[in-house]
Amino acid sequence: MINGVKRYIPDNLKPFVSSDEHLNKVRKTVSKKSKTDETVFLHNIHEVFNVLNITSGMTLSFHHHLRNGDKVMQLVAQEIEKRDLKNIHLAPSSIFPSYTKLVDLIKNGNVTDIHTNYLNGPVADTISQGHLQGKLIMNTHGGRSRAIESGDLAIDVAFIACPVVDQFGNGHGAIGKSACGTLGYAISDLEYAKKVVLVTDTLIDTLVTHQIDGGYVDYVLLIDSIGDRGGIVSGTTEVSKDPIGLKIAKDCANLLNYLGLIKDGFSMQTGAGKTSLAVVKFVEDIMIKNGIIGSFASGGITKAYVDMLEKGLFKNLYDVQCFDLEAVTSFAKNKNHLAMSASEYGNPFEDNPICNQLDFVILGATEIDLDFNVNVTTDSLGNLIGGSGGHADIAYGSKVSIIISPLIKSRIPIIKERVMTVTTPGSDIDILITERGIAVNPLRKDLLKKLENSPFTLYKIEELLSITHSITGVPRHIETDEKIIGYVEYRDGTYLDVLRKVKDEYFR
Amino acid sequence: MFRSLLFIPGNNPSMLQNADVFSADAIIFDLEDAISISEKNNARNLVRNYLINSSVLPKQIILRVNPIDSEWFHKDIELLKTNKIDYLLIPKMDKLTSDKLTALLSEYEAKNNMLETKVIALVETARGVEELPLYAQNKRLIGLFIGAEDLANDLEIKRTESSEEIFYARSRIIYQSVINHLIPIDTPYTNINNPEGLLQDSAYAMSLGMKAKAAIHPNQLDTINKVFSPSPEEIKWAQEIIKINLSKPGHGVFQYQGKMIDKPIISRAEKIIEKAKIFELL
Repeated sequence: MINGVKRYIPDNLKPFVSSDEHLNKVRKTVSKKSKTDETVFLHNIHEVFNVLNITSGMTLSFHHHLRNGDKVMQLVAQEIEKRDLKNIHLAPSSIFPSYTKLVDLIKNGNVTDIHTNYLNGPVADTISQGHLQGKLIMNTHGGRSRAIESGDLAIDVAFIACPVVDQFGNGHGAIGKSACGTLGYAISDLEYAKKVVLVTDTLIDTLVTHQIDGGYVDYVLLIDSIGDRGGIVSGTTEVSKDPIGLKIAKDCANLLNYLGLIKDGFSMQTGAGKTSLAVVKFVEDIMIKNGIIGSFASGGITKAYVDMLEKGLFKNLYDVQCFDLEAVTSFAKNKNHLAMSASEYGNPFEDNPICNQLDFVILGATEIDLDFNVNVTTDSLGNLIGGSGGHADIAYGSKVSIIISPLIKSRIPIIKERVMTVTTPGSDIDILITERGIAVNPLRKDLLKKLENSPFTLYKIEELLSITHSITGVPRHIETDEKIIGYVEYRDGTYLDVLRKVKDEYFR
Repeated sequence: MFRSLLFIPGNNPSMLQNADVFSADAIIFDLEDAISISEKNNARNLVRNYLINSSVLPKQIILRVNPIDSEWFHKDIELLKTNKIDYLLIPKMDKLTSDKLTALLSEYEAKNNMLETKVIALVETARGVEELPLYAQNKRLIGLFIGAEDLANDLEIKRTESSEEIFYARSRIIYQSVINHLIPIDTPYTNINNPEGLLQDSAYAMSLGMKAKAAIHPNQLDTINKVFSPSPEEIKWAQEIIKINLSKPGHGVFQYQGKMIDKPIISRAEKIIEKAKIFELL
């Protein structure tokens, strides 16, 4: 059947209808885990597998707060390989390039299904090439929490890397030799997994405050190192010096200002790329110039936002994961730097998730099409290179969602008649800002009216596509393989798009 | 008319592709100093293909060619046949170069049935500065551009942050420009990581009488454009002057805000408005 973003979805799956469809549904939750036994402390991964009787076919979950520095996923993967368990379903919140052990497990059929929000690197390449025997489900951060609490994603064992744990099994992310900051992605796993294992390299007697409630924790595994915290640094800490990126960022900040969105009490979220950081810098300049104090910034938090919090430009930061070590330090010491769980951040069934309170968000795109559908999951050939993360959550929830991107990346146009993969429905994308002009989604008549006599160069997105093609020529049509390797799941649990194996000639 | 001119090396495809995006009033595609000898032909070919094939070009295009007595000059000026080049920027201009250039271009234009090519003189030698009165009236010229780095080499002096060492050359270029109705164009500020220095240098050059400044990085353009644009207050003042003048036909002199307004002031107001229109500030 064809779904609400004009994509084919197999008949046995729930098709995406619209991004508001969850408003017609009732929140479904299974019971939170209840535990009466004392938390047990173990000292090697074999014991954990033995006492939990981890067997073939089970679902194991992980968070990705240590990002490229994580060692817990590798530790578990090695044990799966050693025991030659088969048909394991992995549910990490993200998969990073350093998680190389999974490649062998996928190729050998140890891991056959994966449920995640983002993946990049060798694992992504392996799946793109069709080696995963089951299916890959790509959903959003908020959608993952919804899936876990509803029982759609039932977790047998949650392995939660935790930088410090006390004798009661309580845990925290802000201190310890592997401190990585907030542990927002792990909270649903903690509360709903059948069994929970905290994996730590730092034990202390008692934590005064905790993020991980020992009441949910079955086992604590003490190992030498849960990861290299240097690996959490995401993107960059430097503002772009690229003149095209700076032009886009400046236009973006000026547009936000023109629309009256930078005002007392406003809230925002951006990514951690160089151009996003440039937007943050320009927004900061406008705030200082006009004496504006924002309400909050949210998301993966970077040093740029920490600096603004310390300057008093925002009252609070809502942080689901720290993107750099300055954010980790800030989270540990600043009471206004607050943790939020992935559910509080983007679960569509929360009463008022943070994503719904955002005035504007600045997002990237690998591709955007004439319906404003955005792809951040695959490249133009279909190779997996990312995933939604919180993209679709905040695009839906915010009052204004803006995509910033050059029209051409590495000689490839970013505007397509039809994106290779729909990650975020076009109905949730309001504005595209490029170096050669701005396109406003025709669905946002209010924004178009406000910008009628503005100094900004406005185009229809079709016109921007035409300009791009006049520079690059029209790219040839890319064929995909027939084999379906997975699906893009929207935050409400419906299906946005299918993921197909990349044709052999397009392998990277 | 320019405020800002951005140098783009001819062998940099990504910069060429985005040349129209930057906020420069003119782009200088460079085939000379920014291009090593081994890259000369590649750069020329790249710029030629760009000019012929690109559907989006900058508002004004300047080509910095190699010196006229170099082995590359004749190949460089072949790009005039694209009909996309507004001005040539001629290095090491002096009286002899000016005369040779006139002869060479006249012959080339006649042979190829082309209109007269307009030129900006790059004044970057002591001789070029001293001989300005001898060539600044060349009818092909539209601007005089001080090249401070090469000039400092010629003088065997160091360039400094204050640029005191080029005060004389700057002034001479400005005065000769005014006399001959040319645009005096200031040398680039070469420290791309010092926006405050750029602002000060631009403001100082403007205060001397420079009407435009070259940039070597797109991130310098906003500052240069701001400095060399009439301010909103100036534009408002000029609009008032012109309005009053039009309402009093035949009155040579009138008062505005307690000050006498006569023909030179009215002329200045008209120039401000003309600039404001050209630079889309109204």
